[in-house]
Amino acid sequence: MSLKKTLFEKIWHDHLVAQPAGRSPILYIDLHLVHEVTSPQAFDGLRAAGRKVRQPARTVATVDHNIPTEPRGTPITDLIAAKQIAALQSNCKEFGIRLFDMDSPEQGIVHVIGPELGLTQPGMTIVCGDSHTSTHGAFGSLAFGIGTSEVEHVLATQCLAQQTPKTMKIDVRGRLAEGVGAKDLALGIIGQIGTDGATGHVIEYAGQAVRGLSMEGRMTLCNMSIEAGARAGMVAPDETTIAYVKGKRFAPKDAEWEKAVAYWRNLPSDEGVTFEKVVEIDAAQLCPFVTWGTNPGMVAPVTGRVPEVKGLQEADRHSTELALQYMGLEPGKKIEDIGIDRVFIGSCTNSRIEDLRAAARVAKGHRVSSKVRAMVVPGSQTVKRAAEQEGLHRIFQDAGFEWRESGCSMCLGMNPDILQPGERCASTSNRNFEGRQGRGGRTHLVSPMMAAAAAIAGHFTDIRNWKFQ
Amino acid sequence: MKPFTVHRGRVAPLNRVNVDTDQIIPKQFLKRIEKTGFGQFLFYDWRFGADGKKNADFVLDEPRYEDASILVAGKNFGCGSSREHAVWALADFGFRAVISCSFADIFANNSTKNGFLAVRLSQDEVAQLMQRAQDIDNYQVTIDLEKSEVRDDEDFRAKFPIDDFIRHCLLNGLDDIGLTLQHEAEIAAYEARHPALRALQAP
Repeated sequence: MSLKKTLFEKIWHDHLVAQPAGRSPILYIDLHLVHEVTSPQAFDGLRAAGRKVRQPARTVATVDHNIPTEPRGTPITDLIAAKQIAALQSNCKEFGIRLFDMDSPEQGIVHVIGPELGLTQPGMTIVCGDSHTSTHGAFGSLAFGIGTSEVEHVLATQCLAQQTPKTMKIDVRGRLAEGVGAKDLALGIIGQIGTDGATGHVIEYAGQAVRGLSMEGRMTLCNMSIEAGARAGMVAPDETTIAYVKGKRFAPKDAEWEKAVAYWRNLPSDEGVTFEKVVEIDAAQLCPFVTWGTNPGMVAPVTGRVPEVKGLQEADRHSTELALQYMGLEPGKKIEDIGIDRVFIGSCTNSRIEDLRAAARVAKGHRVSSKVRAMVVPGSQTVKRAAEQEGLHRIFQDAGFEWRESGCSMCLGMNPDILQPGERCASTSNRNFEGRQGRGGRTHLVSPMMAAAAAIAGHFTDIRNWKFQ
Repeated sequence: MKPFTVHRGRVAPLNRVNVDTDQIIPKQFLKRIEKTGFGQFLFYDWRFGADGKKNADFVLDEPRYEDASILVAGKNFGCGSSREHAVWALADFGFRAVISCSFADIFANNSTKNGFLAVRLSQDEVAQLMQRAQDIDNYQVTIDLEKSEVRDDEDFRAKFPIDDFIRHCLLNGLDDIGLTLQHEAEIAAYEARHPALRALQAP
């Protein structure tokens, strides 16, 4: 057996607490992120069994999924949502867990605040009761979403019994062209391998185009791993990673920092190591993408058309027909001819400062189409403050975008930010499932630049031809 | 956890691929802080119109599939969100198992924690069951976890793969938190061994 190991295998082996015969290995969890939606039943379970939280210091909570993005202090009119938030507050108090609450200057989407507080670090195992936990893999950590029973398991034991996933490498050769970003790379990959193309696997993204991504870009890419069915997505830590983590609030300091960095530098996959599955992507072939259907694998180049149904195999034809019917689209329609009603710039996929800078660059000096209602929802209060310091909020507001408070917002429409039936939205979020952004709503996934351009044009338009002002 | 050993029940066919957890239990119902009562919201946007009235043509509401306890569906069932509410809703509605040729990882994991079975058969086998559930009145199958087998009263008989340990837990209804806590000494030893690395330094 080869002694060479992948990044994933190094982290996995470093976290094995026990390997009981005939059972799943028991893995130690370094960081457990908690939010209001998937945790209340887990805390109830602890209480019922008389258990405590084993490591409150490794458990961090925030409210993000169902909170309004109106100015803070506006009363929450949804009483069931308010009750869920109150449950998290009292659970955190009872079990001694740090909570970044509604009024905290560091509140935000759980996958935005973890990295920006330095909680997310290379080499860690990170879990959260949310499928987009894969985001944190951008730092070279093993991060994956879990259900509420496993949330309870981690709270009680700081461990998880896990079957060993398979390894997969996605090697992105060459460079991304101007106007083509991490979101397009993610959509291009899912379009190629499908929404179950990585099921049972942990993806390591590698290659020149991935190395060239900022931490924000890597987070966007890893975030969407779950949309390809992956257990997790990862990027090996490098100087970009180390520079990002340094000085963050919870990051190691002084001698601990030096030790940590030395450890991180040994994490990348060994040269010549074997992966169980390898996919190669030519970055030069990628372009700005727009989804046309009801899952993230249904993508087309912005210069392309809605697919024809004729000639498809029966299973594909059936799902394509259902998707087009739901989306209210004719086969063969040009993507650039699809008009939109709403724009959402936000979510754990694309709400970080770099995303907002990219969108603001497009919006600057333009006006949102009179037919379109567009909103920008920063991923966290920290992102919001940074954007305001740079004056990005003015650019957005001058162009006619709404500038709102941080949260998950219209990515999943658990708060009042939802689409009305039949409304069509250009969204920087991660899922275009039926009803995801509101019952009957039609979601097209795009990059932040493409979303901003669509808001102004009133329809999808190729960002590569944009007149920046 | 409720043990799963052998279950015989009526099969309902849901002939769609990539059924995501947003469809199984739409987000407006995730604000409840209980584990119970989600069955009434199962496939809500497919089962009910915007006015709250039932869509008579949704398969689960056809009289012949009333009381079905086994769902057979297309590939990649349970993709998307990690919400365990999806499994709670299926179980609360009266299902004990879903049969498909593939499942999303988190959904499959969540199933095992609730005494609910995600049974993986081949594409051909799933297609056969789907057809029979549509063609045969009151079509029933037996899911036998002891033998890791699905069979009907005619000639259908297929083995399904399942991890030995997960099977053991399901057969006996074991609480896996309790099982992990049997390793308390090893967890404590691990924590003592790794004090510095991956530390979260309080500011």
